[in-house]
Amino acid sequence: MNFLYAAYTATWIIHITYLGTLVRRYHRLSGEIEELKKK
Amino acid sequence: MKRVFPILALLTAVLLSCALYEALVAAPTEQTMGNVQRIFYYHVPSAWTAFLLFFINFVCSIQYLVRPNPVADKLTNWTVIAIGIAACIAAFVIRPLPEGIEPSSVATTGLAIAGFYFLIRKCFSQPRTDALAVVTAEVGVVFCTVVLVTGPLWARPVWGIWWTWDVRLTSTLVLWLIYVSYLMLRRFSTSGQTPVLAAALAVFGALDVPLVYFSIWIFRTQHPQPVIGGGGSIDPRMLHVLLINWLAFLCFAALVCWSRYRLEILQREVEETQALEALLEPRSSR
Repeated sequence: MNFLYAAYTATWIIHITYLGTLVRRYHRLSGEIEELKKK
Repeated sequence: MKRVFPILALLTAVLLSCALYEALVAAPTEQTMGNVQRIFYYHVPSAWTAFLLFFINFVCSIQYLVRPNPVADKLTNWTVIAIGIAACIAAFVIRPLPEGIEPSSVATTGLAIAGFYFLIRKCFSQPRTDALAVVTAEVGVVFCTVVLVTGPLWARPVWGIWWTWDVRLTSTLVLWLIYVSYLMLRRFSTSGQTPVLAAALAVFGALDVPLVYFSIWIFRTQHPQPVIGGGGSIDPRMLHVLLINWLAFLCFAALVCWSRYRLEILQREVEETQALEALLEPRSSR
């Protein structure tokens, strides 16, 4: 049972980590767009 | 489109929750392996989704390479049409087909290849196919990582070992490494030829996908035989849960790809603007 929960948890950790990197990239890009608008 | 996305995201969340319930509670417990067999409901759909994403990456890479050249473009179009027709003919002519392969699946696969090719061609311009290729490779690597993590977590209690260097496992690891190197190339190379080099790498990398998929037909491996096709069998209730989970992961992958694609296009526009600004800056300062 532990292996089952470990596999399901690991799957969602991988997906959520990836979604987190997407959000971080989006915020960085938004910052760059704001800088461009100021110029 | 901005209104559609939250609705689709909500539907996908509901579908994923239902799929999780089906996998953990509703699916019958396998007699030999027990509950650990339920890892299969995440492992197999993740693998199928990764293969589909790598296939889209392959189609996009081919289109990125051939579309600037009209002769190569026409030749590829006719080749794809020929693949579709040949698959339909082969389904009815070749007898007997390898064990577990149905004539309808051969014809469907050929037609799906042709359909996907022309759908992507119609919906995406040549530069946009490059963006879609990056996106599908990245999301495909995420799903392939899930496969490589959940596989050993199933193997340890069932086989007694985390990993074995058999053909299915090794070719999957090689596939993951190929696409990680593809993403590294895209991330760190600053050459103008990077998209072309990456597309060429992706075309060769995609050749590993059929090797991974058919390895359990061709070679004697420790990996279980396919439960759909290939002579394997599965309880209809388990098949139902498997397909629901695949549908849920497909919807999730489509949403992630959609978000990542929008981010990629935005990023390219920002880079173009920055480059343009860098060109104009010295003139304005004079």
